[in-house]
Amino acid sequence: MIKAILIFNNHGKPRLIRFYQYFAEDMQQQIIRETFHLVSKRDDNVCNFLEGGSLIGGSDYKLIYRHYATLYFVFCVDSSESELGILDLIQVFVETLDKCFENVCELDLIFHMDKVHYILQEVVMGGMVLETNMNEIVAQVELQNRMEKSEGGLSGAPARAVSAVKNMNLPEMPRNINIGDINIKVPSLSPF
Amino acid sequence: MALKIVKGSIDRMFDKNLQDLVRGIRNHKEDEAKYISTCIDEIKQELKQDNIAVKANAVCKLTYLQMLGYDVSWAAFNIVEVMSSSKFTYKRIGYLAASQCFHESTDVIMLTTNQIRKDLSSPNQYDTGVALTGLSCFVTPDLARDLANDIMTLMSHTKPYIRKKAVLIMYKVFLKYPESLRPAFPRLKEKLEDPDPGVQSAAVNVICELARRNPKNYLSLAPLFFKLMTSSTNNWVLIKIIKLFGALTPLEPRLGKKLIEPLTNLIHSTSAMSLLYECVNTVIAVLISLSSGMPNHSASIQLCVQKLRILIEDSDQNLKYLGLLAMSKILKTHPKSVQSHKDLILQCLDDKDESIRLRALDLLYGMVSKKNLMEIVKKLMLHVDKAEGTTYRDELLTKIIDICSQSNYQYITNFEWYISILVELTRLEGTRHGHLIASQMLDVAIRVKAIRIFAVAQMATLLDNAHLLTGNMQRNGICEVLYAAAWICGEFSEHLENPMQTLEAMLRPKVATLPGHIQAVYVQNAAKLFATVLKSQEGNTEGTPAQETSQLMVERLPLFVQSANLEVQERASCILQLVKYIQKLQQKDVEVAEEVSALFAGELNPVAPKAQKKVPVPEGLDLDAWINEPPSESESEDEQPKAIFTREEPKHSRPRHTEVDEKELAKRREVRKQEQANNPFYIKASPSSQKVYQETHGVEHIPVVQIDLSVPLKVPGLPMSDQYVKLEEERRQKDRADKKKKKKEKRKDKRTGRGKRHDSGPESEEDITPAHMVDIVTEEMPENALPSDDDDKDPNDPHKALDIDLDNLLETAGRRPLADSEKLPVRSHRAAEALKSPGEDGDAVSAATLEPRKKRSKEKREEKKKDKDGDRKKSKEEKKKKKHKHEEKEENLLSGQADEPVVQSEESSQVAAPPTSTSAEVSDLDFWLSNAPVPSNTQEAATVAAAAEAASVPEAVSGTAPDSEPEEPKDAEMEETKSSKHKKKKQKKEKEEKEKKKKKKHHHHHRHSDAGGEESVQNGTVEEEEPLPSMSNYCLLAENSYIKMVYDIQGNLQDGSQVVVSVIFENKCDSFLKSMEFNVLDSLNSKLQRPEGSGPHDGLTVPFQLPPGVSNEARFVFTMQSIVMPQKLKGTLTFIVKNDDSSTHEKLDFKLHFTCTSYLISTPCYSDAFAKLLESGDLKSSSIKLEAVLMPFHHLLARICFHHHFSVVERIDSCASMYSRTIQGHHVCLLVKTADQTVSIDAKCDEPTLLGNVLDEIKQTFSQC
Repeated sequence: MIKAILIFNNHGKPRLIRFYQYFAEDMQQQIIRETFHLVSKRDDNVCNFLEGGSLIGGSDYKLIYRHYATLYFVFCVDSSESELGILDLIQVFVETLDKCFENVCELDLIFHMDKVHYILQEVVMGGMVLETNMNEIVAQVELQNRMEKSEGGLSGAPARAVSAVKNMNLPEMPRNINIGDINIKVPSLSPF
Repeated sequence: MALKIVKGSIDRMFDKNLQDLVRGIRNHKEDEAKYISTCIDEIKQELKQDNIAVKANAVCKLTYLQMLGYDVSWAAFNIVEVMSSSKFTYKRIGYLAASQCFHESTDVIMLTTNQIRKDLSSPNQYDTGVALTGLSCFVTPDLARDLANDIMTLMSHTKPYIRKKAVLIMYKVFLKYPESLRPAFPRLKEKLEDPDPGVQSAAVNVICELARRNPKNYLSLAPLFFKLMTSSTNNWVLIKIIKLFGALTPLEPRLGKKLIEPLTNLIHSTSAMSLLYECVNTVIAVLISLSSGMPNHSASIQLCVQKLRILIEDSDQNLKYLGLLAMSKILKTHPKSVQSHKDLILQCLDDKDESIRLRALDLLYGMVSKKNLMEIVKKLMLHVDKAEGTTYRDELLTKIIDICSQSNYQYITNFEWYISILVELTRLEGTRHGHLIASQMLDVAIRVKAIRIFAVAQMATLLDNAHLLTGNMQRNGICEVLYAAAWICGEFSEHLENPMQTLEAMLRPKVATLPGHIQAVYVQNAAKLFATVLKSQEGNTEGTPAQETSQLMVERLPLFVQSANLEVQERASCILQLVKYIQKLQQKDVEVAEEVSALFAGELNPVAPKAQKKVPVPEGLDLDAWINEPPSESESEDEQPKAIFTREEPKHSRPRHTEVDEKELAKRREVRKQEQANNPFYIKASPSSQKVYQETHGVEHIPVVQIDLSVPLKVPGLPMSDQYVKLEEERRQKDRADKKKKKKEKRKDKRTGRGKRHDSGPESEEDITPAHMVDIVTEEMPENALPSDDDDKDPNDPHKALDIDLDNLLETAGRRPLADSEKLPVRSHRAAEALKSPGEDGDAVSAATLEPRKKRSKEKREEKKKDKDGDRKKSKEEKKKKKHKHEEKEENLLSGQADEPVVQSEESSQVAAPPTSTSAEVSDLDFWLSNAPVPSNTQEAATVAAAAEAASVPEAVSGTAPDSEPEEPKDAEMEETKSSKHKKKKQKKEKEEKEKKKKKKHHHHHRHSDAGGEESVQNGTVEEEEPLPSMSNYCLLAENSYIKMVYDIQGNLQDGSQVVVSVIFENKCDSFLKSMEFNVLDSLNSKLQRPEGSGPHDGLTVPFQLPPGVSNEARFVFTMQSIVMPQKLKGTLTFIVKNDDSSTHEKLDFKLHFTCTSYLISTPCYSDAFAKLLESGDLKSSSIKLEAVLMPFHHLLARICFHHHFSVVERIDSCASMYSRTIQGHHVCLLVKTADQTVSIDAKCDEPTLLGNVLDEIKQTFSQC
């Protein structure tokens, strides 16, 4: 089982956190800090396994991480996962990100945390490895993005939101006017 | 105009999407918190809007803020709103937010159930997928219960994308709702063979997770996994399976043997390091599990070690790390193979990577031998000096101590060296492990008597230089060693070179800065030292130095009396008063030294850490009650803080004198003393050891080992451990020279005897003799210590609930089918066909769909294999069915009961699953494991398993069961009344009426009747294939020339504590027998029921007389208390033999044997009730095997029914389930199987003793025929 997946940068700023076991927010932040502290002081040419992250789990748990340019990808796993397997998985995940974002960099993760989550959801689900085949992952992500696009996506939301809000206010207007004891008929505002 | 302004601000407000938020935060680095709080205000505004797009946008931003550590649980309801949007885009945002911030105590979660269910059944696979993903993160027990069924259906979804997600999420569902495991498992297992590799991988993943926690329940899946392992090419799946096998092998060593070959092949062939590594790991696990039985796996070990060496030598640090990790696993069982790579491992100690150094340290632990211990420790000491981080240095320190102290100091040849090492370690700055060193010092000094002189000298020096240790507050941890030093100096003060100096050192004012518990030890041991000093001073001079010593005490102790620490204060004032008193005596020139030292006399023995726990509590002892007056005198060591000494905590206040009273019962004290005097194991205190202490602990009979001392070297000052290394070298060389001649002889011996010896390091090991004779006092354990059962499992472990026996379910529903209670809840308002309960589902499937068809074809295939057999069986089965129905009808007509039993039995006759198939599966596994050729076997096993499963499916279903159930109790009742009626009738019946009986429907046949066998058929499952031999339950009670008595015992249905003994008296002579009186000697447990008014020893008059040649039956009622054991009652029959001319009094003694069987009452039971009973879990099981049973199976069943009052629940082919109940309502369930004249009976009962006895009786029945 994977207990948590953390992505943070060289300064310990979280870019994505995904806990598969509940921790309160402050605890999550503490775990990130501690993990960053453990990981950041390690050279790049030492091994990628770490024991003794005291916050997550006991001796059964290991931190397995990879360091790419400015980002650390840290998986906290128990002994049922293969260490090298998880390293491969991180690689698969990062390569998938690279495909989906076209030359992924930290900025992509910063601004599209939600999309990174959606990709991760196709790789790991509920702490268990869901899919390791990159093409399959990319295909599913693409399909879902296409679906989102066909719905207009969230980016189209604000413009339509404005009109929505205006329409939404309509029923309140007559009431306000009525309270003022002025008996003016509300003009029909249908063209809005 | 106004509207325009509003519009503008609204626009601005909604302009801010996630990207804007992130950008904004990045632009407000200085006042980030403030900026975010305004953003949150905006988000709150947005959430108030009705527009779902706005809300979704807000929720998306919240998800981001959550990552930054902001609690967003206040928006939980809005998240649910967004989740329930019909648009995928928003839904996805909602679920993402929920998965990030929902947890079990989020109360809105319960609102989501229906929404999630709707999404799960959405036609859009991505809606379903998103819901599954989200649910996997926040599933609660309630959600799991409510949705388990929906997810189950998704496991068979047409899209693999959904299937694999559904399979994976089942694990989470199991965790939250363990009841779902049994119903869902067959389908999960089916998914192991899903055509889609992703789904397959998911199923493997889930089962591996399940099996990791409760491996034994999944052992029967081994053949299937084995097949997967040999066929799969997906490394992920392979790794998981291989890991799973690693968990299974410890349970089944034969599995390991089977695995070795394919795993070795994989090791040779694979290029994937991850797979290679896991293979090596599992091979190691296999070798560990085989380590006792199989000597010839050295090749495999060599292969593993060799591969691991390659990993360790690799430049990739990850491989190096893993290599070392795996190496340490081999080390436990095959230390020799690892020891040859010592060079490599020592090299890793110098690695720059701390993880690797730590792993290498772990390995060192197993690599030491007597020969190289000093060398290795020397190397480690160098590392200690060099080490920069305190963590690593502390790790080194603990490792040094671990290595040296392992297996009871096995590898230490020179304890002086070890003490020096410990003393050197005290110079470590800022270590946390001062207490570790201290406990080692104590342990060695106490247990190695020969070292005490040396240790005391060293400790005295330590005390003298205490200021070095305490000077720096950072070194706080290390001052713990002073605790040990003070104690050792005090306790063994007779060895002190200069006790006075040490005493002064202990009373220095600086001591007051030490932690309280150490001061307390100082004070106490100063008193001990004082006693020693007094003794030596009084001996040779005329008292002034002694008085000076007392004066010193009186001057210094007040410092401690003022201590803030209660313990210190108390001890100090006590001792101060004592010393003042001594001073007075001294001034009167009284010799006090003897008495003072008597205060501290006696030997201290080490006690094993768990000794106290293991002393069994004697019966009737209330540990909480005071036995004597509470002890007023507190002993010094009681106050040691617990955390400090885990290893050698002298828990018992000193067991100085073993005149201990186990129960402390004053009455029995005298008796016990006598016992002790006669007890050869009881070692009495030597006369020199002094005082009898009132002991409160039950450490009686602990042998006190006396140890001969040999005189060690006297070394003043702090020695360097290095010099010991040199000394040791010289000594060994000398030894070697001495032994040269002997060696040759020895070697010859060794060569032959080597195979037996294991694990004792290099050969020359034996040649190294310890520097001086050292006896290590073993820790004491109470004599009757309980075996260790340190299986402390976390009671809160969610996986505990998943420890569910799946075998029954897996391979045969026959034995423990899913009961109604186990079926997953289904919403009632849905149409039945839309969603089926798993049971019904299974039913439907079994009736029509693919799975069984597949299986059935397999079954057919299998049957072809068994060509002749199969055909015969089939036709038989058909015949049986016909017969059943026929019989049923007949029965129906006869009994005039409702139709219900017919339904029931038809159903059971359809059920083709042998209830034995559990064991069939087990034996399949056995078969699979025991045979050599791999692939064919697996397939066969798989088909067999599949066939068994296919057969079991309909059974699991029993779709009509619920209908029939309510009627069942009634039915049983009817049966009961009938049988009781029947009984009454029977009393009048003569033997000749047997024929009539046949026509009436009986369930009980007390009489020897030809029809007995047939009638024993309950629920119509045993059919007559051959006529049954006549049987009788009446057995001989007693016989003489006048009369013969035979008897039978039946339980009384009306009264749970009564049995009825029917005795048939037969007149054998030509005289008239009259005035017969029947009497038995009552026991506590069983009493003959006598008419009111008669005494407990009066006999009962038999209500008839017997003319010559006539027999008649009388009944006697007995009342029983306990029915779990068979018992015998002695009795006498007195009667008068009347001839024409004379009459004589005669008597006949007999023994009534109440077997456990006689307490059983044949009670009908239907298969579903039976199954429920079995799964209720409160039945204990037991089994027997009967060899060489020649009779046909139905005869066998009839016999069990007849002689032992069982009824057949179901019978299929060569197995049958049977049921009976005792008069006190214990359930007894049997599963009878036959194969090749061997009959095995598995039985379950809620009363194990009773069960054992019943089985014995059954066994006896069959041994007689």
